[in-house]
Amino acid sequence: MELQRQKHLVLILAREFASNLSTPTLLTDADGNLVFYNEAAESVLGRRFSEVEETGLDDWLAGFEARTLDSQPVPPDQRPGRVALDQRRPSHLRYLTTSVDGVEREIEVTAFPLFAHTDEFVGVVVIFWRD
Amino acid sequence: MTYGGNTSCVEVLLDGEVALVLDAGTGIRALGLDLVRRGVREIHLFLTHLHLDHLEGLRFFAPLWDPDVTVEVWGPRSPVLSLRERILRGFSPPLFPIDFRDVPARITFHDLPAEPWPTNGVSLSSDLVLHPGPTVGFRLAAGGSSVAYLPDHEPALAGIEGRSPDWVSGGALAAGVDVLLHDAQYLDDEYGSRIGWGHSSVDDAVAYRRAVGAERLVLFHHEPERSDRGLELLQDRARELSGGDGLAPELAREGMLIDVA
Repeated sequence: MELQRQKHLVLILAREFASNLSTPTLLTDADGNLVFYNEAAESVLGRRFSEVEETGLDDWLAGFEARTLDSQPVPPDQRPGRVALDQRRPSHLRYLTTSVDGVEREIEVTAFPLFAHTDEFVGVVVIFWRD
Repeated sequence: MTYGGNTSCVEVLLDGEVALVLDAGTGIRALGLDLVRRGVREIHLFLTHLHLDHLEGLRFFAPLWDPDVTVEVWGPRSPVLSLRERILRGFSPPLFPIDFRDVPARITFHDLPAEPWPTNGVSLSSDLVLHPGPTVGFRLAAGGSSVAYLPDHEPALAGIEGRSPDWVSGGALAAGVDVLLHDAQYLDDEYGSRIGWGHSSVDDAVAYRRAVGAERLVLFHHEPERSDRGLELLQDRARELSGGDGLAPELAREGMLIDVA
């Protein structure tokens, strides 16, 4: 019988950390799968985490249009979560987005990669800052 | 003392002339003498982590002083120093009179691999688990039987119940094992002032056993200050909490033989 592998301990700890924050926070694994977001993020993402399956970050991002403050589209590969995942470096951006409730809001997003070892990338943390 | 006073060391007894040893606490001193007596020349030592209570016996491990003995030491990767460098810190003056280079046995050090691997007829898996510093647990499987060894573990810090097993520290290692050797150092009322120290209450050990579906729970890593009677009260508590789940939990004790064949 093939055993299901444990999530990396760093992700388990990050999830526990995020679940105790009032700041909307989302986690992906090293492959970019959305593996967790906290209760605070549910109001940003519009769905309870318990209602969603693990899914690719791109699929999620596609549901949230992003525009610069002068209303130019933000390419997907320039959004902080994608930058942290692809380039494995921290990224921060202020942009306009339309949430699931249809209201356009200005939002700041910070994303940073998680490394268990210098050569062991395990995922990304994405934090949403709202006024 | 009914339950012994040495720190963590478990031998996995196999057919043949190879020894598999889990951790090198003070219990490894007596084991070393036994291995010499049995003529074992090939030893695989698997370290969960390098806290002293899991390593301090290594310097007094008799097979190290035999040039015909081979010792393969496996342990968790550290973000900073290699396994060899970390172990050698305790194997040189002023902590020890003899420098490691003068140890006669052939010793090699290995970072534990990320994937399960076979060794001497046993499939061995390791995974990082919740305990301060890089720490792993082990799962050993052979012939349809399995054992999980999680001697220093505080899974409650990240949650035990109400989540899928892949989000539980050590959950994959311990899933459905026949025997679970698990940290149960504290009584529940002691644990409150020791959260984050890396050890479990007996209540959490029982909850963990239930969450992973282990058949038999062996209560491990006894609090040094606890008397035999105190340990038996802790065992009573584990049995009360377990109700009819699996076999009755029992205290690990020095020299205990667990047959998992």
